[in-house]
Amino acid sequence: MTRLFAGLRLALRALMVNKMRSSLTMLGIIIGVSAVIAMIAVGSGAKARIAEQIASMGSNLIIVLSGSSTSGGIRYGSGTVPTLTAEDAKAIQTEIPSVKYVAPNLTGIAQVVFGNQNWSTVIYGTTPELLEIRDWPLVSGRPFTQQDIDGATKVCLMGRTVADNLFGGIDPIGQVVRIKKVPFTVIGVLAPKGQSTWGQDQDDMIFVPLTTAQKRLFGMQFPGMVRSIAVQAREPEVMKEVENQITALLRQRHRLQQNQENDFSVRNLTEVMSSAEQSAGVMSLLLGAIASISLIVGGIGIMNIMLVSVTERTREIGIRIAVGAKGRDILLQFLIESLVLSLIGGIVGIGIGIAGTLVLATFTQWPTLFSIDAILLAFLFSGSVGVFFGFYPARKASMLNPIEALRYE
Amino acid sequence: MEPLIQVKDLVKIYSLGEVDVIALQGVSLSIDRGEFVAIMGASGSGKSTFMNIIGFLDRPTSGQYLLEGINGEDLSRDELAEIRNRKIGFVFQGFNLLSRTSALENVELPLVYAGASPSKRKEMAQKALSEVGLEGREHHHPSQLSGGEQQRVAIARSLVNQPSILLADEPTGNLDSKTSEEIMGIFQRLNREMGITIIMITHEADIASFAKRNIHFRDGKIVDDRNSAL
Repeated sequence: MTRLFAGLRLALRALMVNKMRSSLTMLGIIIGVSAVIAMIAVGSGAKARIAEQIASMGSNLIIVLSGSSTSGGIRYGSGTVPTLTAEDAKAIQTEIPSVKYVAPNLTGIAQVVFGNQNWSTVIYGTTPELLEIRDWPLVSGRPFTQQDIDGATKVCLMGRTVADNLFGGIDPIGQVVRIKKVPFTVIGVLAPKGQSTWGQDQDDMIFVPLTTAQKRLFGMQFPGMVRSIAVQAREPEVMKEVENQITALLRQRHRLQQNQENDFSVRNLTEVMSSAEQSAGVMSLLLGAIASISLIVGGIGIMNIMLVSVTERTREIGIRIAVGAKGRDILLQFLIESLVLSLIGGIVGIGIGIAGTLVLATFTQWPTLFSIDAILLAFLFSGSVGVFFGFYPARKASMLNPIEALRYE
Repeated sequence: MEPLIQVKDLVKIYSLGEVDVIALQGVSLSIDRGEFVAIMGASGSGKSTFMNIIGFLDRPTSGQYLLEGINGEDLSRDELAEIRNRKIGFVFQGFNLLSRTSALENVELPLVYAGASPSKRKEMAQKALSEVGLEGREHHHPSQLSGGEQQRVAIARSLVNQPSILLADEPTGNLDSKTSEEIMGIFQRLNREMGITIIMITHEADIASFAKRNIHFRDGKIVDDRNSAL
């Protein structure tokens, strides 16, 4: 152990002889390691954010959207003309056994007024099942019930952002707001969910009963129609099957001929999101790999400088061999030097990498995640680079002929 | 008593590309413990080659060399290093001290490779330095020492592991005449009082006269071997 310490002291002293040179050599490692740390942090952050959002979206989620349709020779894009009905939703619920919950939706944007405050937001007409599908609890009040649907009562559930903006600190429960001049009583406040994968603030919306939305807010043009149906399958394994069954069922209900396209689209949200998560994971690895290349370059720098150092110290090596240094003594001496170079560079690089990532996160609002694993890996990697690239010069030193070495000018 | 050094028909041939150089053409001699020998000869006479082989820094092409009965022929590079470490002390013309390293640490160097503990090393190194009259200068670096002082550090280093022989290659080559005499005085004292066997290369007759026995090399052979005039 003391031999290792002595070796360390010797190595540090040798490196201190030419501080400038040692620092510049370390720079390659420092840049490499800090790049690796930063890239992995950004990549992990993205991946974690997506995983978070998948969890918050609800599981086993399939969305059926009103698809493109042709009406009077004009083709409408997805969701513009509602081609789905609440009955479609009911049919999906009853006829497909692997479906757990179904919630038809009709949404639109409207201004909500309370007193002298107003706030433009998304009004989401839906059924109580949606809260189950989205796994969305309330922080206060009550959700709507089948009676609210049947009676098309003018009640609403408020998202956190809307509540904050309209009511400030006042409890919204029991208050009456106006949506498109129609009075709605607030019966509940939703728990915060944060941002969705596509950047939408999920707390910036108001839920109202579907029937109320259809009759009073948005549905007057196309009575009984809904724009989308949210479906939750029982298990992840049956999702593909459920998708196919929904497609078949709706085609039948909409009396679509063989040659006609679907006038709806079925999207497996969970699939979309987990492939996004996977991509983020791959991207994170790719970024890390690219950053690692700079670490290799740093290693080449170490090999270069150590070769110069060995040549410069030929005489010294000769003296050591003459007084009894064995090949492995010399090898170890120079290997420790390059290891110290790369490890110090690694530590500094980790520090700069973390600091740089924090700065980056502050300015770009990108999610970042540090893990001890990644930091440890970067440290070990820098150590290996030092040993690997330092080996050849160290070996060269250990094989010097002492007689020639002592004659070296 | 068996001689310390026994050399029989030592031959060394170097191949320099197409040409073979015969540095030693069959050298035989023996040296007893406690002798002080000076080896003289012009450059190219083979004296340095001979010293390198005696010091286990090089292997002969043929012939036999025994130090204390040990034959280096069968030994590996590492084993030879060990013998050098324990049995041989070197003193060079150019001192060959490690720069930016204190005198004490320079003297400790052979002990480092012998695996001695730091406290033992310090103790033995200090003792060796006082043998050559350098107590108080332990922490000076070579750049802070005169030529004579540097050579004394080198001598202390060569003695620190209590070797069987001390090999000196033109030890006074870089020193003025007064300092040279001081160094020779140290050698004589070490040889006389501590019984250290010293083999010294020199091309100067007056330096050689400090030794008890002079051996002359010419063209890779010994041409003369006699007791010194003094």
